[in-house]
Amino acid sequence: MVQELFRLKETPSQTAGPYVHIGLTPNFLGIEGIYPSDLGSEMINENTKGERIDVKVRVFDGTGTPLRDVLVEIWQADANGIYNSPNDPRGNADPNFMGWGRKPADMETGEMVFRTIKPGRVPFNDGRLQAPHINFFIAARGINLALQTRMYFGDEEEANKQDPVLTRIEHQNRVPTLIAPREGNTYKFDIYLQGEKETIFFDL
Amino acid sequence: MKNSIPEVRGFFQRDRTWHPPSFAPGYRSTVVRSPRYAPISFPNTLSEVTGPVFGHSMLGELDNDLTVNYAKPGESAIGPRIVVYGRVLDENGRPVPNTLVEIWQANAGGRYRHKKDTYLAPLDPNFGGCGRTVTDEEGRYWFRTIQPGAYPWPNGVNDWRPAHIHFSVFGPGFVQRLISQFYFEGDPMIWKCPIVRTIPDERAIERLIAKLDMDATVPFDSRAYKFDIVLRGSNSTLFENRKEGN
Repeated sequence: MVQELFRLKETPSQTAGPYVHIGLTPNFLGIEGIYPSDLGSEMINENTKGERIDVKVRVFDGTGTPLRDVLVEIWQADANGIYNSPNDPRGNADPNFMGWGRKPADMETGEMVFRTIKPGRVPFNDGRLQAPHINFFIAARGINLALQTRMYFGDEEEANKQDPVLTRIEHQNRVPTLIAPREGNTYKFDIYLQGEKETIFFDL
Repeated sequence: MKNSIPEVRGFFQRDRTWHPPSFAPGYRSTVVRSPRYAPISFPNTLSEVTGPVFGHSMLGELDNDLTVNYAKPGESAIGPRIVVYGRVLDENGRPVPNTLVEIWQANAGGRYRHKKDTYLAPLDPNFGGCGRTVTDEEGRYWFRTIQPGAYPWPNGVNDWRPAHIHFSVFGPGFVQRLISQFYFEGDPMIWKCPIVRTIPDERAIERLIAKLDMDATVPFDSRAYKFDIVLRGSNSTLFENRKEGN
């Protein structure tokens, strides 16, 4: 017998199911009085530094139908590219910006709008700068393990072309699935779970 | 320094054979919601190893007691009273302190307080169905609730969910984020459930079954179930003992 590693296995995932709102956004559902507001529904206040933007998200299934029961969370750096987290060794993140948001899809249209700021650039592990991006966590009925992806910004062409993550993707014709076009102050990010336009998902 | 090379040590690779596959046709909703291309991997960067922090101060006094957090004053939810407790650990067996744990569930009759749930079992006016807490310094958490009921759901013509409680956990890194469900020891419905059976390995399923703990039971009040949650671990916790920031 060799020695044991004594490591534990991660708890297995199960779908968030169709009633995820009860737990994570009860006020949205009309379950009021338990929590004062839904966590993550407001990301910025008047003192938050950075350019105000809206990120408009929809998630489509393999038939092209928007998911109306999906829940999306985003995690992003502040305007200077610093994460408001003890795991960011650089510290000094904007105290008026947590960097995390959570939204349930509209039950009719499937749309979610995150009112946030445009993040700064975050270094890759070799010191090169990554293009500005937002990290996504997608949970819903029919999704057994929440999906991870990233959104990049359509008006950051130069940075996107040199991004250490985007440039290492073999099928460059799929890279546009991660890039949200800009219109005014709104970035529209349509996520496709399946089909010709299937979004790139990550296993990180 | 903004542009200095950060020292980033990532999380252990996720064992995707331990988790349910995205395409699991026995659970029919997965068929049009499962990506077909392989996911793409790269080493964890600051974007993956960082994550949001939630403090104990955001919690309301009744947030972790579902028997009363939606009830009229002096009343409480109907159903078998239970305590659910355990620890949030990482794969190295270390506690994950100060992390948010959220739960949601059906009432004792198997009915959810949700517009889309039309099951004929009645709503309980004193039961909302959600709770939350933040783990303490040793990674411990604690809820009081009622044991939820089993209920039928649209999949096959006669599929039922076993009694279960949904849970959502963060951990310090955003890629540790986990949503899952736990079940109750001894329930014969567990092994018939198409959602449970999306998990290929029986040992993994057993990890989702909370154990009855008579020693933690509150006499003449609530039975207790113990349920530990394991999040992904990282090399940064192998050789050091930093207080936070793992």
